[in-house]
Amino acid sequence: MRDLSMHVLDIAQNSVKAHAKTVSISFTVDERDRLTIVFTDDGDGMAPQLLAHVTDPFTTTRTTRKVGLGIPLLLENAERTGGGVTIQSALGAGTTLTAVFDLRHIDCPSMGNMCDTLLTLVLLNPQTPAFVFTARGRGLEADFDTREVQRALDGVPLNNPDVIQWMRDAIEEEFKPILEV
Amino acid sequence: MKSIAELEAIRQKTLERVAYRKDADSDIRVVVGMATCGIAAGARPVMLAFMDEIRKRNLQNVTVSQTGCIGMCRLEPMVDVIVPGQGKVTYVKLNPNMVPRIVTEHIVNGNPVLEYSIGASEDQ
Repeated sequence: MRDLSMHVLDIAQNSVKAHAKTVSISFTVDERDRLTIVFTDDGDGMAPQLLAHVTDPFTTTRTTRKVGLGIPLLLENAERTGGGVTIQSALGAGTTLTAVFDLRHIDCPSMGNMCDTLLTLVLLNPQTPAFVFTARGRGLEADFDTREVQRALDGVPLNNPDVIQWMRDAIEEEFKPILEV
Repeated sequence: MKSIAELEAIRQKTLERVAYRKDADSDIRVVVGMATCGIAAGARPVMLAFMDEIRKRNLQNVTVSQTGCIGMCRLEPMVDVIVPGQGKVTYVKLNPNMVPRIVTEHIVNGNPVLEYSIGASEDQ
């Protein structure tokens, strides 16, 4: 993966595939420029056997090939910066994945266009799951909740072109100052 | 969040248009491969380029959706364009610069851009 925004798009797809109804992604940048990304979903969750092997590149739920690289690539990039990845999950209880990156580390991938990633997740999944994005850091706070947008739209789909533009502006206005510096 | 009131205006505008909208079965479908392989190869800017182009041209009968890995990761980013009654065309190794031509020639005018298709790519 070229940058952190690609990882976020990729990891969040796991929640979508696990039939999550709500996916929340929170970003926290602390005063030492350590970025913590927490993915929380209420999807299927993983049995202990799968959880134990989920960082193994030869583990995947897909049927077309025998490799699954999403989590192993994330783990490698996080550990190279002195950070790491932890996963908590149980069948029926959803999954929480936490990834920590040291943004000042020379081996840390660039942030990439995180706003495009967040928008893409919503556009590709206009009905379910609901997405809740939050970001905290640099003295700023950003929040975006697709359920609030859907409530205001009352039936107009989230992938309506005018709605897309509105969401793009909303996400960029709030999240860019925290995530793309 | 940004002003929710603006969404109300968008909703009103859309509801006025909805009467002209045909049923969704006749929609042209654009399906983007969005597994790890597709994302790593650059599927996100390709998907957003389709969204932008569709918005610019105000196309009402096109839906963009995603699929997983279909096993040909070396050809990503891949996109299927499915026109009802005309079958499916699979485009491979796309970048955002190639998208406007696909939208203009294939989606609007009905002529697939064969040089971007999987058939042309695999013949080389």
